[in-house]
Amino acid sequence: MKIHEYQAKEILRRFGVPVQPGKIATTADEAEAIAAEFGVPVVVKAQVYVGGRGKAGGVKLAQTPAETREVAGRILGMDIKGLTVEKVLVTPALDIKEEYYLGVILDRASQTPVVLVSAAGGIDIEEVAATAPEKIIRFPIDMRWSLLQMDARQLLARAGVPSVVVAKGGAILSQLARAFIESDATLAEINPLALTPDGKVIAADAKIIIDDNALPRQKEYASWAEPEEANPLEYEAKAEGLTYVKLDGDVGVIGNGAGLVMTTLDMVARAGGKPANFLDIGGGAKAEVMKKALLFVARDPQVKGIVVNIFGGITRGEEVARGIIMAQQELPKGMPIVARLAGTGEAEGRALLANAGLNWGSDMRDACQKIVAEIAAKGN
Amino acid sequence: MSILFDKDSRVIVQGMTGAEGSYHTPRMIESGTRVVGGVTPGKGGQTFNGLPIFDTVAQAKAETGANASCIFVPPAGAAEAIMEAAEAGIPLVVILTEFVPVLDTARAMTYLKEHPTTVIGPNCPGLATPGAGKVGIMPYHIFKEGRVGFVSRSGTLTYEVVSLLTEAGLGQSSCIGIGGDPIIGTTFIDILRLFEADPDTDAVVMCGEIGGSDEEDAAAYAATMTKPVIGFISGRTAPPGKRMGHAGAIVSGTTGTAQGKVEALQRAHVPVAETIFEIPNLVKQALAAR
Repeated sequence: MKIHEYQAKEILRRFGVPVQPGKIATTADEAEAIAAEFGVPVVVKAQVYVGGRGKAGGVKLAQTPAETREVAGRILGMDIKGLTVEKVLVTPALDIKEEYYLGVILDRASQTPVVLVSAAGGIDIEEVAATAPEKIIRFPIDMRWSLLQMDARQLLARAGVPSVVVAKGGAILSQLARAFIESDATLAEINPLALTPDGKVIAADAKIIIDDNALPRQKEYASWAEPEEANPLEYEAKAEGLTYVKLDGDVGVIGNGAGLVMTTLDMVARAGGKPANFLDIGGGAKAEVMKKALLFVARDPQVKGIVVNIFGGITRGEEVARGIIMAQQELPKGMPIVARLAGTGEAEGRALLANAGLNWGSDMRDACQKIVAEIAAKGN
Repeated sequence: MSILFDKDSRVIVQGMTGAEGSYHTPRMIESGTRVVGGVTPGKGGQTFNGLPIFDTVAQAKAETGANASCIFVPPAGAAEAIMEAAEAGIPLVVILTEFVPVLDTARAMTYLKEHPTTVIGPNCPGLATPGAGKVGIMPYHIFKEGRVGFVSRSGTLTYEVVSLLTEAGLGQSSCIGIGGDPIIGTTFIDILRLFEADPDTDAVVMCGEIGGSDEEDAAAYAATMTKPVIGFISGRTAPPGKRMGHAGAIVSGTTGTAQGKVEALQRAHVPVAETIFEIPNLVKQALAAR
């Protein structure tokens, strides 16, 4: 689960990491009042769940409270990569002498989180990783004692930062690792970590992603969940217990099992279509779940037809077929559906579909080709 | 005749009396698996389907001589279930549980560094050795005894491809679902090493997907193997930054793309199937060329 910069900074503040004071405004008036309270200059930062806010014009400096009002007015409501800005963080401007990168990510190879440190901060770390990997220092975290300060200091020293940053940054990096572990994060970044001319070391920006699987025990963070404006359907799907990802084509795709659904998307593309979504109904789904999934996919106005691909094990073909027949009465008139059922209950399911006059595919490829052809035929 | 699991394996089920465990245990027994008992704290001394239930894994191992465990414990207790099995000296642990917090898995893996236990999963369909049985939830009727090894990150995609192999007359030595999470106990390269050493496996089918770099690492090893490997990668149409169902199936920036994985496999001279339907023929060609 993504959270906003101000929320990530709140987590870091609780772990003793120095962050700039700041407050959230949802109106230009509020932004002006916050600027007056903290003193100018201030930075007004769009709070949206995407990177590249600065380049998109979502981060601006303001010299007076009146200018803050004007800048905030422009940023609020702005569209950044499909997301509408609804909140801005107003924070005192920071005089930055140097910038560094501190991060914690999951590492499949070492089966633990690893710390990443770079003296090249304020930039896209993936770009550095791709172009100059030698500028990034990696170190695995031992889950038994997290990251010791002595190890953190050594990493910073190896990165070649000034000694004041080795000392203060060591404590910050160690606490970043603790914050990562105790908040059940899958990513935690301070980018940049800023050194000011008077020798302060401060987290100037922060990003944290919380593990969805840990939300049952991270109740406070779970309460921070917000719909992503660009993907309101994805947010609602979560609430309905469906694993749904919105894509930008017109062929709705439903299947059971993540790998099978992904393979079905690829097959739709090979058949000349463009998948509109990924939807995994999971194992053992009953007719009601199938019906709900179909109606959900059809809510996307771009969807012109739906392919259902089920390999039955604990999921039964006749349940899937009954779900499709139930949904059909409520789906937009003439919406093509092609189902492919294999495994448990295959024959029963196909018989039900045939009786209801519904189309099916003999295998995954056939079903994908049929739905793409039906959509094309309707378009002409 | 197989890797990890054979006719002599003695399996206990942790969480045997729960919803998942009680449904799948009888199916494992039907497939031929020697299930020798189960573990549910608080139900020690009772029986389930005629099998003894124990309070702890240590008791179960002492009484039954179990050498493999199948875990259906819910997410909150799943990682500790792995550690308990390892502590009791169980050499093979298959954990099916989905939605395990990833740092719990990381903790369990740290603990396992000091225990000689192999973990398959979490969030996996388990494994099967046709002719000997299965540990997990794979539909057993799709398998056929034979000499092709199979490994995949996914469940239903595994069933789909195994069915195609079986239809084409290509039986399997063992079939391993390693799981879709960002941190898993056993990766592709570990399984390839086991198949390379198995005298009854002639070729290996490896079905990977977007996210991470396990497929790239495995490709480098495949280049050194004496046995042919046939690859398939799903998620070619997945956009960056989107988690495609599996927590581990995400392209972040330039890492974990299907394209990168396909190219790494091709550089290692591993034939990569464009669609799953090409897999059986690629296997036949590779076997004929040996």
